[in-house]
Order: sequence, then structure tokens, then C-alpha cells
Amino acid sequence: MASLDRMKVLVLGNSGVVKSSLVHLLCQNQVLGNPSWIVGCSVDVRVHDCKEGTPEEKTCCIELWDVGGSVGSASSVKSTRAVFYNSVNGIILVHELTNKKSSQNLYRTLNRDLMPTGVLVTNGDYDREQFADNQIPLLITGTKLDQIHETKCHEVLTRTPFLAEDFNAEEMNLDCTNPRSLAAGSSNAVKLSRFFDKVIEKRYFLREGNQIPGFPDRKDLGEEH
Amino acid sequence: MSFLIDSSIMITSQILFFGFGWLFFMRQLFKDYEVRQYVVQVIFSVTFGFSCTMFELIIFEILGVLNSSSRYFHWKMNLCVILLILVFMVPFYIGYFVVSNIQLLHKQRLVFSCLLWLTFMYFFWKLGDPFPILSPKHGILSIEQLISRVGVIGVTLMALLSGFGAVNCPYTYMSYFLRNVTDTDILALERRLLQTMDMIISKKKRMAMARRTMFQKGEVHNKPSGFWGMIKSVTTSAPGSENLTLIQQEVDALEELSRQLFLETADLYATKERIEYSKTFKGKYFNFLGYFFSIYCVWKIFMATINIVFDRVGKTDPVTRGIEITVNYLGIQFDVKFWSQHISFILVGIIIVTSIRGLLITLTKFFYAISSSKSSNVIVLLLAQIMGMYFVSSVLLIRMSMPLEYRTIITEVLGELQFNFYHRWFDVIFLVSALSSILFLYLAHKQAPEKHMAP
Repeated sequence: MASLDRMKVLVLGNSGVVKSSLVHLLCQNQVLGNPSWIVGCSVDVRVHDCKEGTPEEKTCCIELWDVGGSVGSASSVKSTRAVFYNSVNGIILVHELTNKKSSQNLYRTLNRDLMPTGVLVTNGDYDREQFADNQIPLLITGTKLDQIHETKCHEVLTRTPFLAEDFNAEEMNLDCTNPRSLAAGSSNAVKLSRFFDKVIEKRYFLREGNQIPGFPDRKDLGEEH
Repeated sequence: MSFLIDSSIMITSQILFFGFGWLFFMRQLFKDYEVRQYVVQVIFSVTFGFSCTMFELIIFEILGVLNSSSRYFHWKMNLCVILLILVFMVPFYIGYFVVSNIQLLHKQRLVFSCLLWLTFMYFFWKLGDPFPILSPKHGILSIEQLISRVGVIGVTLMALLSGFGAVNCPYTYMSYFLRNVTDTDILALERRLLQTMDMIISKKKRMAMARRTMFQKGEVHNKPSGFWGMIKSVTTSAPGSENLTLIQQEVDALEELSRQLFLETADLYATKERIEYSKTFKGKYFNFLGYFFSIYCVWKIFMATINIVFDRVGKTDPVTRGIEITVNYLGIQFDVKFWSQHISFILVGIIIVTSIRGLLITLTKFFYAISSSKSSNVIVLLLAQIMGMYFVSSVLLIRMSMPLEYRTIITEVLGELQFNFYHRWFDVIFLVSALSSILFLYLAHKQAPEKHMAP
């Protein structure tokens, strides 16, 4: 794949361990055995079949950049992290369903870390209407679905769609320790492929300007290496 | 009657301190986590509340507020409660939460946490043996036995923190030690970091595509499991998988490199911020303070060495000594009793406030650095334990800074502890900690510029 055709998706959120397991699950289709703390940024690659099942099916490599870090980090660490925020094509926001504060921290992450770097185009504080103009697709993922007690399940699952509406984003809840959460055909898998399709579409739309978005001829990536 | 009034004053202040501890816990420590076990928050606030009450009683002692018998009663009660918390409750809950985190032992949590607590008590007791703390005429569960051991741990902690702080403070304040960092340095390092990330990505892409083609061709690459699997993998291995393991090793090395580069870049940003800060007015002020503190630090190390070598412990406190000097040598006459009370109140108050503030800030930094959502409960309880022991031993040591007439209550309540031993122990540990921090900082400082010279 030419160096111009890079698809970069950021994975952001408060806790490092949960993000690593999610990224591992997305890329390797396996559960992460021993998650460890992330220093800086860790990258993984997901092979995605874009527009599966249609004649325009194409294989793409999507880079998932897991930028580690808590909101309470020193400002020097935050400035260093800003280096990873260039030319982003999509963002996955990860929060824990068992911890209300992690979803509140998502607002803080978007406000303080991303907006100053110009990744998201908004003026000032986040606002629902501002996000409607947003060019970058967002996906909000809630994890640790298995750890919510039966009785609180309903309450938690009605809270999360409001979050997604605020950000004008897609929403998905799963359990990172269960490889069958993303089994083919499940609703999570469908949402995920829709999200990645959107990322790829926006990417090619940007590259080819205002032309009708079309895909290059089908290439087998393996041949180029 | 007066006893009731005094008690109500004490209880109100205790509730105030408890509330302050509660707020601190919610706003500062746990601001990124959800409090699911309120027990932890309660224990932390209670420890904080009772420790502050102890300091308050010292202040009351100096100022002569409240009835002296009710003061004595509250001292005893306070001490008993704090010891109960530090020796029985907090360790038990630490054991309980540690055990709850381990999946296997989940069923018999209580049993295992009791076992852990008993192990803690055993080591806690053994702690007293090598030290000449007590005469054997005291009973097993008396206050003196418990306090002596708590005091040893707390004094060690205090001396360690104090030694490191005394050296680190001038090092951070003074701009003499700041390395010169330019924007081009930072840009160059960032470029290297991004290049490394790109290399990692291209290798991972190759691996992912190779794995995919292998999967499609039907050669499913299984990880060998079990004993026979390992033997099989030694003799036969698919050619594709060998390639993959090679690339995986390269990727691991590159990831390690990227982590190092990230940390270096963060370090450069931090240094750049400090350089900019040092150019401001506040920065210059702190720089000047830094020189002052470095002299103070050298003096303290010198005094600690003298104390150890000549085996002496200061007999008089600084207040009385200062008054003696002014009266005898400078010939200024003033009302000694009146002034000694006020000066010691101010001095002790400053010591108390700075030590509380310093400890809370250190604890918060520590907590942010090492906690995660799984271990946050255990870490907070550990911090509560450290805080309690720290405050109890600062009461022990503060006794030395007060004039004789105010020391009586501490001596009365705490019984026949060998206070001199604690001061000597503090000096020893302070010296060790200060010298090793100097060595450590010197090595770290030496190593850093060489890293930037490398292309």
C-alpha cells in the first residue's frame, strides 16, 4: 500500500489495560493474556474487508493507535502525546461500563487533549451541534459488560446512548475477555465494520477531493511487500 | 460540666477533620475512579480525622485551652482509637481487598484475610526485637508496646521522606542543574519516535497479511499447547510461522525503543517547561530559595553526622535555646514565659501544617502514579496506614521541639518510651536517605545529557 493510503484510528480512554485488551481483540481476534501498562503509544493493525459482500469489496489495513494515559498526567506527557494526534481518520473512545467516571473523562479527553491540537474542529466547549459538523467518525465503546450485575444492567445500558448522542457517534458495548463478542454476524461486529467502512470512505473522499468517492482497483496488499 | 463542654468542642473538631478527609478523598485521590466500597473512604477519613485531632491537642496544650484533665482523657482516647485503627482495622481490610482481587480465593475471603492479618501481626511484633525500645515490665497489649513499634515504622518513613526531600528540593528549585533544551532537540526526537512507530506499523502489516493468507490457505497457526505440543513444535514448524516469530521479535525490540523515545521526549518537554518557568519572577524566587535550602540541607546532614558520631541528642528545644541566646548574649530582656508560649505555638503550628500538606501532596502523586482501577482500594488503604503511622511518629518527634513544660503531656500519655532512641534512629535513616538521594540524583543527572548526544 502506498504511504499515502494510511488509515489511522486513535483509541482513547482513561484506563490502559482495558484499551489494550480491546485493541488486541480487534486485531488478533484473541483475548489478551496478560495486559500490562502502556507507556506512550502502542500500535496494532487490523485487516478489514471493506464493503464486505459487495462487488466493491476491498482489503484494507487499519492502524489502531492506542495512546495510553490518564487525564491526570503531567503536561509534558500530554504535549508528547500530541505528536500522535496528526492526520487522524477515526477515533474510538473507550470507557468502562462499571465506572461512571471513565465516561465523564471522555468529555475531558476530547475537550482538553484533542481540540487544542485541531483534530476536531469545534469552537470552545463541546456542544451537540458542533459535533454534527465533525468530519472524523467517532465510535464509543463500553467495556466490561460481563461485570455489570444483572439488576444494574438496564440502568447502565440506558445511560450510554446519551453519551453517543452527545458526541454524534456510534455506540457499542462488549466484553473484552470474551472472543465471541465480535463473532461474525453479531450486532457488535456489524457496528464495527460499519464504523471502519465510514473511516475508509471519509479517507478516500478527502483524498480525491470533491469527486464521487470511488475505490482504486482491487489490490492484494500482500503482493506489494 | 466543663468536661462536657470540652468534649463537645473536641467532637466538633473531629467531625470537621473527618469531613476534610472525606472531601480530600473524593476530590483529589479518587477523582478518576468510582467509589464502590464506602468502607475505604470511611477508614481513610477516620484515620485522617484522628491524626489531626492529635495535632490539635498539642496546640491546645501549648495555648492552655481546655481543662487539663479533659485534655489528658482525650489524648488517651485518641491514642487508643488510632492504634486500634492502625494495628487492627486497616491491615485487616488491606488483606481483605487483596484477597478479593485474587479470583481463586474469592470464596473464602474472610478466612484468608484473617490469615494475612495474623501474618502481619507476627511480623509487626517481631519488629520490636532488634530495637532497645522497651523494658519488659509492660504487658503485651499495652499502649506502649504498640506505639513503640508504630513509632519505629513511622520514624523510618519520616526520615526517608525527609532525607529525599531535603536533597530533591534544592535540585528542583535551582536552575543551575537545568539542561539546555532547544526546540530542534524536541523536534528531532519526535521525528525519531514517529519513524519508529511507522516501522512497527509496516512490520505488523506484513505479519497481519501473512497470517491472513496462511489462514485462508488452511494452515491454521496454533500455539502449541501442553507438553506434547511443545515437543512437536521443536521438531516440526511451518515455514510461515518461523518468519512470523522473527518479525515479532523485531517488533518487540522496536516497541521497547518507542517507549524509551516517548519517555525521553516527555522528559525534554518537562525540562523545557522548567526553563521557561525559571525565567519568570516566581521562578527566580524559587531559584533563590533553592540556594537557601541547599545550605540548610548541607547543615542538616552535617548535624545528623555529628549527632551520630558524638552520640548526643539535643537536650533543649530550639525555642528555649533561641530565647537563651537572645537573653544572655544579646542582652534583650523580655517576658520569657509569654513569648516562649507564642513562639512555640507558631513554630509547632508551622511544622504541623507543612508536614500534613507535604504528606498529602506526596501521597496524591504516589497514588496517581501507581494505581489502577483494580488496585485503587488496596493502595488507598496502604496510604492511610502510612499516613497514620507518619502522624503518630511526628507527634513523638515534635516533643523535641517544644519547651519542657509542654512536653509533659506527651510524656505522660505515651509512657516510658525511649524518646532519645527515636531521635537517633531518625538521624541515622535521614543521613542514609540523604546520601543515597544525592548519589541517585548525581547518577541520573550524569546519564541524561549523554543520551541526547547520541544521533
